[in-house]
Amino acid sequence: MSSIRAAFEDTDAALVPYITAGDPTPDATAAQVRALAAGGADVVELGLPFSEPIADGPTIQNAIQRALDAGMTPDRFLDLVRGLDVDVPLVCMTYFNLIYQYGQERGVEPFVEAAAEAGLSGLIVPDLPVEESDALKAACDAHGLDLVFIVAPTTRGDRLDRVLERVSGFVYVQARLGTTGARADVSDQTHDSLARLAEADVPRAVGFGVSNGEHAREIVAAGAEGVVAGSVFVDIIAERGTDAADELEATARELKEGAVAGVAPRPERT
Amino acid sequence: MSDVDAGERPGKFGEYGGQYVPEALMPAISELDDAYRRYVLNNEDGFMDEFRARLRDFGGRPTPLQHAETLSSRYGFDVYLKREDLLHGGAHKLNNALGQVLLAKYMGKERIIAETGAGQHGTATAMASAHLDMDCEVFMGERDINRQRPNVFRMRLNGAELNPVSTGSGTLKEATNEAMREWATTVEDTHYVIGSVVGPHPFPTMVRDFQSVIGTEARRQMEEKLGCLPNSVVACAGGGSNTMGAFDAFVDDDAVSLVAVEAGGSGLKIDEEEDLAPNSASLSIGEEGVLHGARTKLLQNSDGQILESHSVSAGLDYAGVGPELADLVDDDRVRAVSVDDDAALSAFHRLSRTEGIIPALETSHALAYLEDGAELGEKVVVNVSGRGDKDLESVVEETEKRDIEGAPSMGVFE
Ligand SMILES: Cc1ncc(COP(=O)(O)O)c(C=O)c1O
Repeated sequence: MSSIRAAFEDTDAALVPYITAGDPTPDATAAQVRALAAGGADVVELGLPFSEPIADGPTIQNAIQRALDAGMTPDRFLDLVRGLDVDVPLVCMTYFNLIYQYGQERGVEPFVEAAAEAGLSGLIVPDLPVEESDALKAACDAHGLDLVFIVAPTTRGDRLDRVLERVSGFVYVQARLGTTGARADVSDQTHDSLARLAEADVPRAVGFGVSNGEHAREIVAAGAEGVVAGSVFVDIIAERGTDAADELEATARELKEGAVAGVAPRPERT
Repeated sequence: MSDVDAGERPGKFGEYGGQYVPEALMPAISELDDAYRRYVLNNEDGFMDEFRARLRDFGGRPTPLQHAETLSSRYGFDVYLKREDLLHGGAHKLNNALGQVLLAKYMGKERIIAETGAGQHGTATAMASAHLDMDCEVFMGERDINRQRPNVFRMRLNGAELNPVSTGSGTLKEATNEAMREWATTVEDTHYVIGSVVGPHPFPTMVRDFQSVIGTEARRQMEEKLGCLPNSVVACAGGGSNTMGAFDAFVDDDAVSLVAVEAGGSGLKIDEEEDLAPNSASLSIGEEGVLHGARTKLLQNSDGQILESHSVSAGLDYAGVGPELADLVDDDRVRAVSVDDDAALSAFHRLSRTEGIIPALETSHALAYLEDGAELGEKVVVNVSGRGDKDLESVVEETEKRDIEGAPSMGVFE
């Protein structure tokens, strides 16, 4: 079993926080990841910043800009991962072009090999639909990385089957249409999507807009095995800069407690 | 209209093309692909008949193919101008905008969004939306808003909502990012009218088909006028829609050379230190990569971060280019060349003064290449993709910085 899968198996309700690596400085990231793990994160998603983040809303766009301005690069990102001494699995979230350009030769293999060697457990590539993912999937399989796919509210029928055939680690359930960013409520689309994914044989983590413990509780109560939350953590970093660790830990704890509180009313999965 | 299904998967041009978009958009682009095949390729419900009739009555097609006498005697070969500047709105952009807005209507969509650089595509989309009674919202970089103000007024007059984009350098790349984000949010009732032969399949193929009327007409007009084909067709290339539109009807005529003229800006290089390219010459110096939904040639650094581009012309100022054009360049079917800002400005003044036609700064790049055009042959068609009214403020500003032969004294415009 992959380390991501095991992390979901180990808990009743997983917390998967996202932060952008290198925000506000490359040196700040390790302490942030440790704080998230201490607060109860089960898997951490680390963003490798790309100049054109078309799936991200303003909060994460700004974080990406700060990280790029501070000098974050794919090589530094992998060094950072290599140096991290946390025992939660790490997933890299980035856009396809950075994966494709990495190394001496163009193609997905060099990045995937380096990512596995550095200690990453999986990849999420928001601009890579299943149709374009043959090469990356093969490379991830060869190097033992999970390739996480996003299921959107618009993903139905055959498309949904194709995504579920290919996904590993967990399936990222996009709670609503649009881009990443904290929202005030949990959308109805979440309930719909979880229902459509009832048969999935991977854990379902709901993200896009999750920003407090109450959201996390509702989502888990609706049947999810986990929650993904990014903008709420990125906002803390935007405000506190290099001094964000305590608040990241506290917020992770609040979300984790919310998620766990949702377990009792959760419907049994068939 | 050629082979949508050529290559391993629909929408691939050799290694280029594809559909690199967020999952949320995939169902919408499959739906669009389906509508494209039914209405555009198979003329279902008479779509293409209605499109052609509207291009004629609303758009003013066909546009003339004009022999340019002064330029011809200057160069010693015959120059024929394909006058897309005379299309309604003042640029070739309406061919595509009208096609896509009409298609959106056939698809039952309620709302239109678009990105724009020079504002010509935004203007054309605003016009087509007003004409066909659709709501329209346009995303435009703040830098471009400042340098293309007449088009900003025109869009507003046609009832479009304008959404300024302030991220990055505030040009076309950022406007496109923002339009894609908006589409991912509103995809269920909204159609995104991409302004060039870029983006995920089916856009590059579909936009080419809507624009191919340029070359189809020019080919017929050459045959009617002269009984022969031109030796060369020359067009500027930003994303490449006027380019593919002018070339498509000639791609299978091996004797006709096809020349895509890119913006050389202030230098044909990539500055890795500053992470910028002082040009927009992705066909000439770009490397293969993925941007805005397609694999194509891009201005990027060695990590794969996309570079800020530069051109005196807002409509060419873009780090990518259409995937089909990239493939045709690799196959040596299309020759990619570039001219710099200075040469484009000189050509702007030359055409204005000697032919009585004020061209767009984008088009001025194609015209500038005629100066180096010894090998273009005896009969050369140049696509005059648009008129320059939108550029007058920038032209005054940029001309003052330079010493351009034959330009009027810019003091008279103060
Ligand atoms: C007049 C004119 N020509 C050319 C272009 C460049 O676009 P494309 O390369 O897609 O034709 C533009 C874009 O705004 C334009 O306004």
